[in-house]
Amino acid sequence: MDGAGGSAALLLLSDGRLPAGGYAHSGGLEPAVTAGRVTDMSDLERFLVGREETAGLIAAAFSAAACERSRRGELFEIPALEAELDARIPSSELRRISRELGRQLRRAMSAVHPHPHYDALGAAPHQPVVMGVAAASLDLSPRDMALAILHETNADAAAAAAKVLRVDPFDVHAILARMATRLDRLAGEAARAAQGPSADLPAPGSPLADIAAEHHRRADVRLFAS
Amino acid sequence: MTDETKSHRALRLGVAGPVGTGKSSVIATICRQLRDEFALGVVTNDIYTDEDTRFLKSAGVLPEERIRAVETGACPHTAIRDDVTMNLMAVEDMERDFAPLDIVLVESGGDNLTATFSPALVDAQLFVLDVAGGGDVARKGGPGIARADLLVINKIDLGPHVDVDVDRMVADAEAARHGAPVLALSRHRPETVAALCDWVRAIHGSWANGSHTPIDPGPMAPHHHGPKDDHTHAHGHSHPHHHPHD
Ligand SMILES: Nc1nc2c(ncn2[C@@H]2O[C@H](COP(=O)(O)OP(=O)(O)OP(=O)(O)O)[C@@H](O)[C@H]2O)c(=O)[nH]1
Ligand SMILES: [Mg+2]
Repeated sequence: MDGAGGSAALLLLSDGRLPAGGYAHSGGLEPAVTAGRVTDMSDLERFLVGREETAGLIAAAFSAAACERSRRGELFEIPALEAELDARIPSSELRRISRELGRQLRRAMSAVHPHPHYDALGAAPHQPVVMGVAAASLDLSPRDMALAILHETNADAAAAAAKVLRVDPFDVHAILARMATRLDRLAGEAARAAQGPSADLPAPGSPLADIAAEHHRRADVRLFAS
Repeated sequence: MTDETKSHRALRLGVAGPVGTGKSSVIATICRQLRDEFALGVVTNDIYTDEDTRFLKSAGVLPEERIRAVETGACPHTAIRDDVTMNLMAVEDMERDFAPLDIVLVESGGDNLTATFSPALVDAQLFVLDVAGGGDVARKGGPGIARADLLVINKIDLGPHVDVDVDRMVADAEAARHGAPVLALSRHRPETVAALCDWVRAIHGSWANGSHTPIDPGPMAPHHHGPKDDHTHAHGHSHPHHHPHD
């Protein structure tokens, strides 16, 4: 099921400037910095790698699966996908944010590139699910989709790094460059998993990130919503 | 139900301006004065905290659930101009949850002089300066000062304390706006508060009868890039370069 869609559509979807409100989030970096767990560049690299291998892979696999199902017109599979994704996000705060970002992405994409599948997604679909449906509507493949969401996972946190840490932006992008082959590998893994049943999609966890998100919600002063 | 479900659309009124000039206070005043006349909702944009929402809720000017905060990730100007999705959804949710609303007020996070609302988000906007920021600010121009639907010069009661000649500042603002409305305001002067309310009634009236045309104040203030400035701008319009950034 390779999408015939071109690379340009993929770039459109993975560009942080897509107006869907992602800039309000640090991908868990701000809470990690506040808690003193990320203080320098090597911490940041470990944080980003850990995030890609856990939350990144889950989001990639679920978006690839949503893309796959949307391409086949099997939207009846979406509720099961949503339930499986809920089960992989212990923090109620992170589940809420994922659905909030999903609504925002659908709001934006419904205006940018309308498609009937958006209406079938329920009141507040998870962001990776909406991403997958958007990718299918642009005729992209599940692997493309996985790559886009892995890229976005890194880009959001990297952009936030400049605001919550003392960083040299070149060093931050050097980390991203070192991670490029990892992202390719994870995208392949996610796309393979997307061919199988929803219940078998990857489920790696990072419990401390979930706990940190709950604390962050209660913080009096914060730059980022998560 | 999806987000595209249409519900009663309210007049969306933006309140922008630099930090601390009195945006929240202006919104509180409008709510207090007009809540029996119009069904109102408020969306605030916050930078670090939900201070604006807390302030408005504690002022008790509206039921708490009609005041909602959008968190902007330290990008208040992005949230009201480049990527308005979060605000648009907050406004649409509010319009749906409390239908029918007459006016939704959107407070921008306090930002610099160049931050104005996108016409995709609001139908009209007022820009708030205060006398305490200095009498010369009105002369600096910029899109909000020059072309917002209304320019408010707030805290005029403080004029004598900060050595600002309020009449002079208003005259400068009127010159910068080529006659577009300027309102000198102080919450301690009831006649100025009445004038603010009249303006809101008038803009709601012309919006409701279809005669109001939303205008876009524009994205950038006239600016200058250095001593050898001979560049042209890539953002689609030409403008004079005589104001240094400050
Ligand atoms: N003297 C005087 N003070 C005022 C007036 N209006 C507002 N203030 C004061 O100005 C300060 C800032 O007012 P806010 O309404 O919070 O200003 P703001 O623009 O919402 O501030 P940010 O949201 O932080 O950018 C507060 O201490 C207000 O009490 C006025 O008419 N006269
Ligand atoms: Mg305020």
